[in-house]
Amino acid sequence: MIKTDIIIIGAGPCGLFTVFEAGLLKLKCHLVDVLPQPGGQLTEVYPKKPIYDIPGYPSILAGDLVEKLMTQIEPFAPSYTLGEKVESVEKSDEKLYTITTNKGTQIQAPVIAIAGGLGCFEPRKPPIQGLEQFEDKGVDYMIKDPEKFRNKKLLIAGGGDSALDWTIELAEIAKEVTLIHRRTSFRGAIDSVHKVMLLAKEKKVNIITEAQAVAVKGNGTLSEVIIKSKAKGEFSQQVDHFIPLFGLTPKLGPISEWGLSIHRSSIEVNTLDYSTDTLGIYAIGDINTYPGKLKLILCGFHEATLMVQSAFKYIYPDQKLSFKYTTVTGIEGFENS
Amino acid sequence: MIKINCKDRDGEFHELEAPTDMSFNLMEIFKAHELPVEGICGGMALCASCHCYVHSDHKLSDPSEDEENMLDQAFFVEDNSRLSCQIKITKDLDGLEVELAPVGE
Repeated sequence: MIKTDIIIIGAGPCGLFTVFEAGLLKLKCHLVDVLPQPGGQLTEVYPKKPIYDIPGYPSILAGDLVEKLMTQIEPFAPSYTLGEKVESVEKSDEKLYTITTNKGTQIQAPVIAIAGGLGCFEPRKPPIQGLEQFEDKGVDYMIKDPEKFRNKKLLIAGGGDSALDWTIELAEIAKEVTLIHRRTSFRGAIDSVHKVMLLAKEKKVNIITEAQAVAVKGNGTLSEVIIKSKAKGEFSQQVDHFIPLFGLTPKLGPISEWGLSIHRSSIEVNTLDYSTDTLGIYAIGDINTYPGKLKLILCGFHEATLMVQSAFKYIYPDQKLSFKYTTVTGIEGFENS
Repeated sequence: MIKINCKDRDGEFHELEAPTDMSFNLMEIFKAHELPVEGICGGMALCASCHCYVHSDHKLSDPSEDEENMLDQAFFVEDNSRLSCQIKITKDLDGLEVELAPVGE
């Protein structure tokens, strides 16, 4: 069991900065994120995009901002659980929550700060009727162990890097690989596109462009995918596995079932301290909503700052909190204290 | 100010007023009128949640490579599919007819 002062759900910019502000008050933090690396959307979606409204930085790349935040919070030695999704929360004591992830990791703290952004990133599932019934029975949205596909007939859908990369890798292992894509041109690294085209020339993979999968069939396990192409109309293809690779999309996920007050997939908070309607649980950044809310990193930083003040008073109601400027006290990290 | 006709996912029509002097894009106009368009990424052509169909033959700028890439990850894509966040509101778009694309899941 991991124990800390504040469990931060979501390691995006807002979650990361919370560690800093909490650290100034000597509160320790543990970050949990479904993505395998910190940074949230900034790292996952737009690392190379410049951001222009971070005070003091006329322009900063999203990826660089995450790096700088990581440096800034280093003195406060946060701990991480990455690549895991928070599933449930339980009240273990009057002032103690225990959260459990999908992999069974348990973390305990008096305070939870939900900094979940748009939610957890999950594979985008194509809207094909009955697709869910074949999940793990021939339909795979991500590839964990390529060996699973040895000597199998595969249909990969998508036109981006992951579709291209897996087509290249699985061509060696599988019995047959077909790549199907909506357009004639592929995006993604030029090198990968080249390799796939070469494999197609050598008849090691089969490419169907200007086509989409429209239906799935099978008796218990997937056996057939119906493809609709511009050139050939609808036709059926025998497959063992259908692997749609259409990137990731954020979903609010299990947090929506925690009983918090939610409006249009955002958690309602009190702007006094960004607390939810459940004592000890706060929501900051893009995931919260209140009159006048702006989904800006800048505003998330402000929310995080006020939130930890309230969290401190909640955890230590008898201690007096005197506000100090970092210019006066400097940064006293946890190693030195 | 121009007028845009939008068919929502229930088949209902909405006449949307859009100012041309505030560098809005179509996604922002949808949201301003509280139509159920998410616009998750905020208009960077990074999420496809503002996917729409353009029905009238107004002359629009061609989709950028970024937009095409994103449409590759969207569903229910047709020849007249666009990401509304990439359509700038200009005077030429008066009377534009659009329809919100269905959302998956």
